[in-house]
Amino acid sequence: MTELQAGQSAQPLEVPRIDARPQRYRDLLIALVAFVLLALLPMLFGSKQLLDFVIRCAAYGLFATSLNLLVGYTGLISFGHGMFFGLGAYGFGLMMQKTGVPIPVAFVATLAMTLVVAVVIGAICVRLKEIYFAFVTLAFQMLIHSTILSWQSLTGGDQGLRGGIPRPPFLGIDLANHLHLYITSCALLVIGLFLMRQIAQSPFGYTLRMIRDNATRASFIGINVWRAKLVIFVLAALFAATGGMIMALFVSGAYPEFAYWTISGEGIFINMLGGVTTFLGPMVGTVLLLILNDTVTRLTEYHGIVLGVVILFFAIGLRKGLMDFVVEWFAQRRGEGRG
Amino acid sequence: MILVDLDALASCLASPSCLVTQTTSGLIIGMLLFLVAVGLTLIFGVLKVVNFSHGAFYMFGAYFAMTAYQLTGSFALAILSGAAGTAILGLIFERVFMSRVYGRDVLMQLLVCYAFVLIFDDVVRMIWGPEFKSMGMPAAFQVPPLFIAGGVVPPYYLLLIGVALAAAAVLGLGLARSRIGKVIRAAAHNPGMVSALGINTGLIYGGVFALGGMLAGLAGALAAPVRSLTPGMGFSVLIESFIVTVIGGMGSILGALIGALLIGLIRSFGSLGFPLFTEGLMYLFMVIVLVSRPTGLFGKEVA
Repeated sequence: MTELQAGQSAQPLEVPRIDARPQRYRDLLIALVAFVLLALLPMLFGSKQLLDFVIRCAAYGLFATSLNLLVGYTGLISFGHGMFFGLGAYGFGLMMQKTGVPIPVAFVATLAMTLVVAVVIGAICVRLKEIYFAFVTLAFQMLIHSTILSWQSLTGGDQGLRGGIPRPPFLGIDLANHLHLYITSCALLVIGLFLMRQIAQSPFGYTLRMIRDNATRASFIGINVWRAKLVIFVLAALFAATGGMIMALFVSGAYPEFAYWTISGEGIFINMLGGVTTFLGPMVGTVLLLILNDTVTRLTEYHGIVLGVVILFFAIGLRKGLMDFVVEWFAQRRGEGRG
Repeated sequence: MILVDLDALASCLASPSCLVTQTTSGLIIGMLLFLVAVGLTLIFGVLKVVNFSHGAFYMFGAYFAMTAYQLTGSFALAILSGAAGTAILGLIFERVFMSRVYGRDVLMQLLVCYAFVLIFDDVVRMIWGPEFKSMGMPAAFQVPPLFIAGGVVPPYYLLLIGVALAAAAVLGLGLARSRIGKVIRAAAHNPGMVSALGINTGLIYGGVFALGGMLAGLAGALAAPVRSLTPGMGFSVLIESFIVTVIGGMGSILGALIGALLIGLIRSFGSLGFPLFTEGLMYLFMVIVLVSRPTGLFGKEVA
């Protein structure tokens, strides 16, 4: 295709508004309202099960949304994103068990460790083409999983980190208290989502979309594609690790399953389920998958079959995620109304 | 706990008997991996999809062989049913499901395969149960091992290596020389032109997928007497054979052979020198290859 032909067939691009501030205030408002609503939830429904569910949604939701930064926004299909979820859980758990530092210190130190690991792995992976990228990230995931299994003296091997994670109170926040843990998880979720939204809406976020749509053109106009991909790979890893830390706090331990490839597979599936074209699609997908998982495990021991059939329904039947579907449906209706 | 045991490795390299034993065990790991990986690389080369559920065919091959062996007591029939069963399974899987996602997002292809990894594992769990199974060594091979330079070599290993090498030769020659091989290579290169010349590309795609599935099933059937059978057994093989194709270069049969042998030898000698880091060595090797040659040792630059 020549340059001229490409120009003719190209769709007009939606250019982001130059003044992004009103958008940011709106996001901030939404985030605050969401946090207040979540914080009020325990007063309305005292059920521990519901709060547990929300905490799990926070852990998986952060993980899945961060994966969408790679899959949906940059077109990097990582099949090993779960390794950072596992790293976060193990890093945080070990730090608390071995050193006894205050929780925020362990939190920051785990993020720093994840950063280093993600830079090294990312630097190797992001230069590869899509299918190679998917499988090499998967291979790294398996490497970390097998390291956790074989390094028994540190990680407890296949038994996982046992004996509980100590949770000393800090500034009046006592994470051993269920309600405090709930509020903290919600806060981390909302802050994480807000930050990721800002990344997605920033000029850098639009650079990523451009790389996804046409990496060659992006590099022609002077964008360092390799560096942009590496930066988003590392940023996404940090949010995934945060999700892992919430999970470690919730179960008061860490298990090799957190670093197994199925976590990555589930993350991809969540993105598919909710849809990758909207920012909150993965969040919707998380809630759907967790509900699905909980009901299916209660009904049958063969939940792989049920889950597989649901995946097939979305991948072959619907061909898009639920939120993609809803958004398109609304757009269509609006179009009809105008016509 | 010992992480690195270079003395053990050095003393093994110095003794011929240990060298022979480790090399044969490396060779059989490599040969099984080759059979799985070559199917993967063939399917990728022609259909341009990565069959993420390829490990399931290996698993089904092993279970089919075990059942056939228990029913008939014939080892030849067991191998045959392992290979034939997975070939049919591959054909159905490709025609009914995979053919719907060609040319679509890689994400969709991975998801369809992911769904089938979940489904196939559960199907095996339903039919054969979740516990470890073993087929047992067929009576014909329950003979004393051979001693080569003092090293122990079970006769079954020789059969396994022989069958795998024969498969490699037939495949390589068939693709290079026969008419069908030429058509397959043409379809890999330009499917539109091939179908314009009046050749049914759908049939070729189905056939290649069945062939790939059959090779994985053959590997599973050959592995059944020497490995334990579990519902998740396909996945680690899939990861390793993917490493093999990455090292050798996607789409290259020679690359798959060399890559598989290298991985097999790394595994068998690595388990002496680095008992806790054997898998890590494999990944390390892959990373080194990828960094120096991103398309693999024998891969061609894909346009």
